[in-house]
Amino acid sequence: MSNAPVDAGRRRFLTWSTAVVGGVGVGYAAVPFISSWNPSAKAKAAGAPVEVNVSKIEPGQLLRVEWRGKPVWIVSRPQSVLDNLDKIGSQLRDPNSEEPQQPEYAQNSYRSLKPELLVSVGLCTHLGCSPTYLPGSFEEQVQGVEYGFFCPCHGSKFDMAGRVFQGVPAPLNLVVPPHYYVDENTILIGNDGGESV
Amino acid sequence: MKGLLNWIDERIPLTKTYNKHVGQYPTPINFNFWYIFGFIAMIVLVNQILTGIWLTMNYNPSGEGAFASVEYIMRDVDYGWLLRYMHSTGASAFFVVIYLHMYRGLIYGSYQKPRELIWLFGMLIFLVLMAEAFMGYLLPWGQMSYWGAQVIISLFGAIPFIGDDLTLWIRGDYVISGATLNRFFSLHVIALPLVLVMLVFLHIVALHEVGSNNPDGIEIKENKDENGWPKDGIPFHPYFTVKDLAAIVGFLFFFAWVMFFVPEGGGYLLEAPNFEAANPLKTPEHIAPVWYFTPFYAILRAVPDKLMGVAMMGLSIAVLFVLPWLDRCKVKSIRYRSIWHKLNIAQFVICFVVLGILGALPSTPMLTLLARITSFGYFAYFILLFIYSKNEATKPVPERVTR
Repeated sequence: MSNAPVDAGRRRFLTWSTAVVGGVGVGYAAVPFISSWNPSAKAKAAGAPVEVNVSKIEPGQLLRVEWRGKPVWIVSRPQSVLDNLDKIGSQLRDPNSEEPQQPEYAQNSYRSLKPELLVSVGLCTHLGCSPTYLPGSFEEQVQGVEYGFFCPCHGSKFDMAGRVFQGVPAPLNLVVPPHYYVDENTILIGNDGGESV
Repeated sequence: MKGLLNWIDERIPLTKTYNKHVGQYPTPINFNFWYIFGFIAMIVLVNQILTGIWLTMNYNPSGEGAFASVEYIMRDVDYGWLLRYMHSTGASAFFVVIYLHMYRGLIYGSYQKPRELIWLFGMLIFLVLMAEAFMGYLLPWGQMSYWGAQVIISLFGAIPFIGDDLTLWIRGDYVISGATLNRFFSLHVIALPLVLVMLVFLHIVALHEVGSNNPDGIEIKENKDENGWPKDGIPFHPYFTVKDLAAIVGFLFFFAWVMFFVPEGGGYLLEAPNFEAANPLKTPEHIAPVWYFTPFYAILRAVPDKLMGVAMMGLSIAVLFVLPWLDRCKVKSIRYRSIWHKLNIAQFVICFVVLGILGALPSTPMLTLLARITSFGYFAYFILLFIYSKNEATKPVPERVTR
């Protein structure tokens, strides 16, 4: 044992530098543990885009397809429904789709690429339940509006462009997924073809 | 035998530990009915761990096999139904016991100085227990497992900026899937039970360091006889081990009745939609959490804004953590506190119970209003307590415990 006096400053420096280097090591060691919780390559592959043929869809009909395990609706809206969309703006939270719930190319009064076809993720923006489509029987929920979506979980209501009504728990319009028309009758959901039409 | 004990004691403090925590642990002589729930909670924990280990032997943690394997346990495994019902009834029993245990702490001021750390460890136990129950509820992979988890995980999506990435990270997929099920299984059977057992250990070590509170809220350590033994204390064993055994017998009557006659608890302990396999494309008509989460869920729903709702729900639990510092009164027990404190506790209990009922019902405008009033009452308890406790008109506290 040497009897040299303790150099407190030096000792403090060594303690702290050891702690910092050790802390960095712990940080790096945490990376694999945290990263392994991300979606795996398999999950990412399963989340690949989906192709839908819409040639047989009837006016008023709702087509339900699965993309990334979520229900995606393709709804053919009759002209009468489209005419009504502009009239109910005052009852909606976000009538002009200002919140980023849709790609740029769907930020229009129909929230779609083609006016008659709505493509939307069928999950309520409140807590992720799937709303019920009420064609012709939505007046029970909102007077004067015949078509709409009603969420059975907490009573949120959406119009035929997936826009949320005021006074319900859901804060935002329904999500419009990235999509584009491969040809006249085929929609690819999950990819917008790399362009904002 | 004596020789063996000596041999051990020279190597590990066996007798010393036994005496400190059981044989010569001074326990207040005036313990009443409310003091049985800590011990019962430990018994339930043992039940959960034991039956959980056995259920794991036949359970298949995968999106494809989970639901079927639970039915397999119920129908084909000898006594599998019993093991599962012991586990599922135990989960609800755990919360019954813990809520009563917390209520005891509330009325007798057991969270006050010098027992703040016991309360904090207890609150952490409560928090971990909620996580444990939530993750366990996903495992049967029924409709309510799936959609309940969907609702709860999407709560994290309300956090600004990182919300979406965070929910993706928690799920490990774009939706709740087998990946989510597997990680919840891992956390449910290994990680959280380990944490839980360690916290229970710390809870008890902290308790035995400062000594138990009692219905009079008097420190029995301040009144010792010439041998240094508290005048109002008696050894934990045999006096309270016998009392706790009697309590366990009573508890097991109730437990066995539920387990054998109403294991589904009328749809409140095991919800009806959970007898249908998880289906990501079909939402059940009405999603309600299991009963022990309903008070907090009702607070969430009472707030019209999503982020604020999540924040209020978080706050409703967080505020319990700081209870020892909100109550500034020097008198612990409700017996010697003011009428205002008694009324405040009464309204708090009513609000909590009403919130619990509301959280299980579908929301209507009338019920939402009621939920808002009772949520207000819940938070008002803590605010009022902080205000009046500083200069509360208390009754004189006796020097020795009352019989």
